Amino acid sequence: MSSFAAADDVRLREVHAPQSEVAHFGPDQPLQMDAGVNLAPFTIAYQTYGALNAAKSNAVLICHALTGDQHVANVHPVTGKPGWWEIMVGPGRPIDTDRYFVICSNVLGGCMGTTGPASINPATGRPWGLDLPVVTIRDMVRAQAMLIDRLGIDQLFCVVGGSMGGMQVLQWAASYPQRVFSALPIAAAARHSSQNIAFHEVGRQAVMADPDWRGGRYFDHGVRPLKGLSVARMAAHITYLSDEALQRKFGRKLQNRAAPTFSFDADFQIESYLRHQGSSFVERFDANSYLYVTRAMDYFDIAEDYGSLASAFKGTKTRFCVVSFTSDWLFPTSESRAVVHALNAGGAPVSFVEVETDKGHDAFLLDEPDLFAAMRGFLDSAARARGLMGAR
Amino acid sequence: MASVFDQERAAMSAARVDLLLISQMVERGARVLDVGCGDGELLRLLAETRDVDARGIELSQRGVNDCVAKGLFVVQGDADTDLVDYPDDAFDYVILSQTLQATRQPRRVLEQMLRIGRRAIVSFPNFGHWRIRWQLATKGRMPVTKNLSYSWYDTPNIHFCTIRDFVALTEEIDARIERAVALDSAGASVGVSAPWWVWNMFGEQAVFVLERGRKG
Repeated sequence: MSSFAAADDVRLREVHAPQSEVAHFGPDQPLQMDAGVNLAPFTIAYQTYGALNAAKSNAVLICHALTGDQHVANVHPVTGKPGWWEIMVGPGRPIDTDRYFVICSNVLGGCMGTTGPASINPATGRPWGLDLPVVTIRDMVRAQAMLIDRLGIDQLFCVVGGSMGGMQVLQWAASYPQRVFSALPIAAAARHSSQNIAFHEVGRQAVMADPDWRGGRYFDHGVRPLKGLSVARMAAHITYLSDEALQRKFGRKLQNRAAPTFSFDADFQIESYLRHQGSSFVERFDANSYLYVTRAMDYFDIAEDYGSLASAFKGTKTRFCVVSFTSDWLFPTSESRAVVHALNAGGAPVSFVEVETDKGHDAFLLDEPDLFAAMRGFLDSAARARGLMGAR
Repeated sequence: MASVFDQERAAMSAARVDLLLISQMVERGARVLDVGCGDGELLRLLAETRDVDARGIELSQRGVNDCVAKGLFVVQGDADTDLVDYPDDAFDYVILSQTLQATRQPRRVLEQMLRIGRRAIVSFPNFGHWRIRWQLATKGRMPVTKNLSYSWYDTPNIHFCTIRDFVALTEEIDARIERAVALDSAGASVGVSAPWWVWNMFGEQAVFVLERGRKG
């Protein structure tokens, strides 16, 4: 219990005083949110890797997924684990930090130092809780654009991300086409499907059904809805994998026992695995943040915002590479194909790769050779077009 | 002139004469869509030697992944179903290289090509070549040649045609033949002024450049 409490101190430190670069935006620079509110002041926590060149033309913005954060390629300050995309980002990696200046910021609504429901509401001196206006993907991207302004960067060489990160990539390309030289949405979609909203609602209800949630004011009572958040993570984690991969990895194998116990213990390895996923998740994530960020994905629908998907990207000069995975049933290939059709209809330069894998939605985080080859090929050719090859 | 030709030939990983011929039919800087672009050999040749805005569609995922890894703009898609998604006049040239005979609806594909491109370039194996006629006539079996090496039961080529069949189709869809070349088995052009029946007999493959007719 004491080690958990110590870990929670570290988690809270990262909410309020993160071990990251921080950009503060004062009352003179409010964030205009889709909910109709001007948010001010607010804070963005971010990490950078590599060096910005003199022309400021080599910046790559990485957008993280639902429960990711800005710690792409460094040891995580709370978990002590390696960065979530270290296999992709670093010297000589596809996102080569010897060539590119890489930026990743914690999303609005997150809990790693960017303003979110766990941050202090300056009006009350207490955490925002559910008083924070509901956040959208477009709000997240608006906030990122203000950070990019602050860094003095006019045009990003590439905006890249998987899952919710890919949604942000598409929003960047739609909102700021001149500021995005190339865009790489992976395992993403231009809208959240009914099924995906349904899964998110199950997760949110699990959090809110936990008596320790206390109407979102758990921090006022010295408790956290750990059980509910853990169940939400367990349910969601299933959607990130595939039936085939689960069968291959766990099958019906029993956990450290020769026979079923005829109880509700975690007899099966898959149960034990999911419980571990749930309990390790709650050590680093805020329950209200989970509500906000899942909600942001639910509201995402570019076609709705622009009349049609094709008109969202009409006349764009941005170079696109869209990537999907065969076994991803959360963001299936058909969703990526719809984006590709819209881009083609607008004459945008677009490549589309469907990577064959049985690893499901989470394949974008894994060592998939076809993903790496596509990203290298696309980024290298974009770098040649931008005059970045061999340059530092 | 010879040096340019050598340079272009050197840019090809394997010498496919029809690709070289097609690349020379495309002017510099043109917008090109290669339908059924395979591993991107023609697209790369066009990008490197003709500085074109090169795009591709390829059915096989392996081919698409190879193309994207080479830095080409290629999407996974099907010539039979996906050309309808492109707007009118999106390209200067739409190329169908050795793929027409593998489409389900060749006529529809050609019509779509002429809608989305100002010109269509089509190359295909000529099923009227004397060697094919000879095999069918003497053996009574479906012909298997060096260039068409599949047996009838496993071939992806489901809509073979002869040069004369193709010319008839261009008339049916009101396409104008801007240029046509027939290549013999050595890759040399069959006499330019020769009548169609000579081409149809001695051309092993044909390359046509089509434009929309007056009605189109």
